[in-house]
Amino acid sequence: MRARTITSPRRVVVREGVGTNARHPDATVKVKGEFVYSSDLHRDGMLWGLTLRSPHPYARIREIDVTGARGMPGVRAILTHRDVPGRKTYGMKVADQPVLASDVVRYQGEPVAVVAADHPEAARRALARISVDYQVLEPLVDPRAALERDAPLLHPGGNLVRHVKIRHGDVELARAAAEVVVTGEYEIGMQDQAFLGPESGLAVPTEDGGVDLYVSSQWLHEDLEQVVASLALPPEKVRIVLAGVGGAFGGREDLSIHIHASMLALRTGRPVKMVYGREESFFGHVHRHPALMRFEHGATRDGKLVFVAARLLLDGGAYTSTSQVVIANASYFAAGAYEVPNARIDGFAVYTNNPPAGAMRGFGAVQSCYGVESNMDKLAGALGIDPLELRLRNAMGTGTVLPTGQPIDGPARVEDLLSRLRAMPLPDVPPGAEAWMLPGGHGNVTHGEGVRRGVGYALGMKAIGYSGGADDYSTARVRLSVVDGEPTAEVWSAAVECGQGILTVQAQIARTELGLETVIVHEADTSIPNAGSSSASRQTWMTGGAVKGACEAIRRRVLQGASGALSRSLDELMFEGGAVVEIRTRKVVMPLAEVLDDEAVEESFEYHHRPTTSIDTETGQGNAHVAFAFAAQRAVVDVDLDLGLVRVVEMAIAEDVGRAINPLAVEGQIEGGIAQGLGLALLEELQVVHGKLRNPSFTDYLIPTVADMPPVRIELLQTPHPDSPYGVNGVGELSALSSTPAIVNALRNATGLSLLRIPVRPEDIALAARGTAAAAGP
Amino acid sequence: MILRARVNGEWREADSWLGSSLLSVLREDLGLAGSKNACEQGECGSCSVWMDDELVCACLVLAIQANGREIRTVESLAKDGNLHPVQEAFVKAGAVQCGFCTPGLIVAVADLLRLNPHPGEPTVREALSGNLCRCTGYAKILDAVRLAERALGS
Repeated sequence: MRARTITSPRRVVVREGVGTNARHPDATVKVKGEFVYSSDLHRDGMLWGLTLRSPHPYARIREIDVTGARGMPGVRAILTHRDVPGRKTYGMKVADQPVLASDVVRYQGEPVAVVAADHPEAARRALARISVDYQVLEPLVDPRAALERDAPLLHPGGNLVRHVKIRHGDVELARAAAEVVVTGEYEIGMQDQAFLGPESGLAVPTEDGGVDLYVSSQWLHEDLEQVVASLALPPEKVRIVLAGVGGAFGGREDLSIHIHASMLALRTGRPVKMVYGREESFFGHVHRHPALMRFEHGATRDGKLVFVAARLLLDGGAYTSTSQVVIANASYFAAGAYEVPNARIDGFAVYTNNPPAGAMRGFGAVQSCYGVESNMDKLAGALGIDPLELRLRNAMGTGTVLPTGQPIDGPARVEDLLSRLRAMPLPDVPPGAEAWMLPGGHGNVTHGEGVRRGVGYALGMKAIGYSGGADDYSTARVRLSVVDGEPTAEVWSAAVECGQGILTVQAQIARTELGLETVIVHEADTSIPNAGSSSASRQTWMTGGAVKGACEAIRRRVLQGASGALSRSLDELMFEGGAVVEIRTRKVVMPLAEVLDDEAVEESFEYHHRPTTSIDTETGQGNAHVAFAFAAQRAVVDVDLDLGLVRVVEMAIAEDVGRAINPLAVEGQIEGGIAQGLGLALLEELQVVHGKLRNPSFTDYLIPTVADMPPVRIELLQTPHPDSPYGVNGVGELSALSSTPAIVNALRNATGLSLLRIPVRPEDIALAARGTAAAAGP
Repeated sequence: MILRARVNGEWREADSWLGSSLLSVLREDLGLAGSKNACEQGECGSCSVWMDDELVCACLVLAIQANGREIRTVESLAKDGNLHPVQEAFVKAGAVQCGFCTPGLIVAVADLLRLNPHPGEPTVREALSGNLCRCTGYAKILDAVRLAERALGS
């Protein structure tokens, strides 16, 4: 590297760095329809893989007879459990889910056999010729019955996945002292991630007897571990490459087509593509845990909380997936974002023969947030205190000790968020000012008669990143070189882009840290070290931290090896506008193109967040979390009491995001999360009757449309988190927590009804409003 | 079955199974994967295309119905490397997250603004209510419609 002072510098302002609304590099390709999703993959000569699934929620398999399908035209392979080369089961935390069922099926839709054929239609016909002899068993479908003595044992260890106990202070003593006590029981139906891009991918056999798997995922390395175990291949023979992901929301943490497609490719020696249809997708991934919850709140007459007792029962369905972590997360935050001196929280996750439940945006905190925020409104009613005022009187802050005994040492401006929410103006349009905005919308079912307006509030909190002692880390490699005279950074990381914008964030960070314009973020695959999952609202913090660390290492290396004008203290120089710049004078010392000459500088960095600990099994005490995020929401609703129809008029949210790397993308996360929370409050439920799904389609499982979504008013607080790169905090999940209870609290405010179960259906309102008791229950 | 249709201005032939949908022929036989396969029953709008200038869900059109017809897909919109104003607006407004709904929405918005250059809010919401998006909560999509409206009007 040469060193020479340049006196007439060319100053280039680096656009689209940290803190800007940088455009997503993949958006241009996506709007043209050229982005390759996992369902768009194609190889000449590829086969199509299809899955035979159990029609029964619980049955013994006496025999699987595939002879009827053998020799059918175009059919190349028919595989059952006998053909699984390695471990016959898989799972993220516990490998308890059969790759293909052998002797028992435990839920409707459990895979039993897979077929590869020249054409999907040939594969469909082959599936129809496989005969499975089931001895149908009585399914266990009520989570309340799962722990009873006469319940059938679905797994060798019994039906309890995990019981989380959190003991804080003395609830018995506090109950005796409480002046007002309210109890409420709340229920949540089964929500689905309903990502638009179905499970899909392509497995390509390699010459060394391995396989390249192109697939949608949220965590390539976790997939790899499970895939190689079942294929009985060494990890170096399997490469998993991220194909375009059509949304995830937790539903791609578990495997889908991964092992099946790989087995078919290895067996046939040909590329095999698998794509679930929408109906199969509803059977092909885990769902949000349905919940039955009891909350008891005690307070003084002036509205200070003295205790919270909560009992949560989550239906984990047939297999473990992430249930033991989801129930922990639900339990951690069951007392809400409040100062609670005494708490007793019992969280149970159980096995049933319902569809398996696992990760979905919010990861357990959604369920407890709905419960605790509903009961806070009930308490406010009993005390005669305004619901927002009650929340203000009990808001937690930095220094508050959580029920798990952990003091909050980072920012926790809960009071501030609530005050800002209170200061936001209410929508000035009265009900019925515009006919299409009334409940029922374009259906034109009311002209405003029978319509009541309600306002509701809710507060949400969640931990960011992995909790409970998991070593949370991400790795990134960055290379700085000169390409066509232009300083260029290349970034390699295995972080999964599922639409949230982590690609953009990585590019923004590299631009800012290395002071240049051109950044190439390479495709993610398992030949790159582990970045952890795109979940837990963690990627911007974790992979952002890794990219930042690698860039800093590059700066150090470039300057440490330099002589002449560049041989100065690292604190005096920065990279900016494609040059090394003196910080004090902002004068260019040397353009990067000259500093680097023909050399490339490459550095890797592994970023870890501060260690956490597991919680005590008896008391739930432990410093389990690295950071917390908070949001306060307000919902305004109009309700037609006669028909039970609801129009959400406006959502307002105040959220502390630490620091927004890309404010536009942060808003996108917030708005998208609110839409999913609205869906859970009013529309979305996978109806499971006797273990069977009744509505696995987009005709019958309703997600919010543009006609359902109200305007969202957003106020961002940006309090830098002291432990994170740039002070960022996670934003992926938080808005999805508090939107649901805010909406239901607004419905309660409008109607005076208790509305304990969500989603709230029109008949729950209309029948109850007419004084008919038939409204309750599923 | 041999299907012959004018696709994005060019006569194309596909030899496909009789039961195929237009969507499957576009995606699997003609290499036009821009139209997406999210529900395959006309609920989500991700496969929106024009058939003889009419907006349709390609998953609901039996391929043989498209024989001899004019089909235009999302791939037809960008010209000479330049994005269509609706495409440009989606990028600029931050209306693209995972992007799976995006091609269908681009086609639906282009169709709406072609028929109604200055739609009121209820018209926009009604027109796009057949296009599901799971990521954005629609706010940035509505922003994109207004950006595109201005760009097309100028």
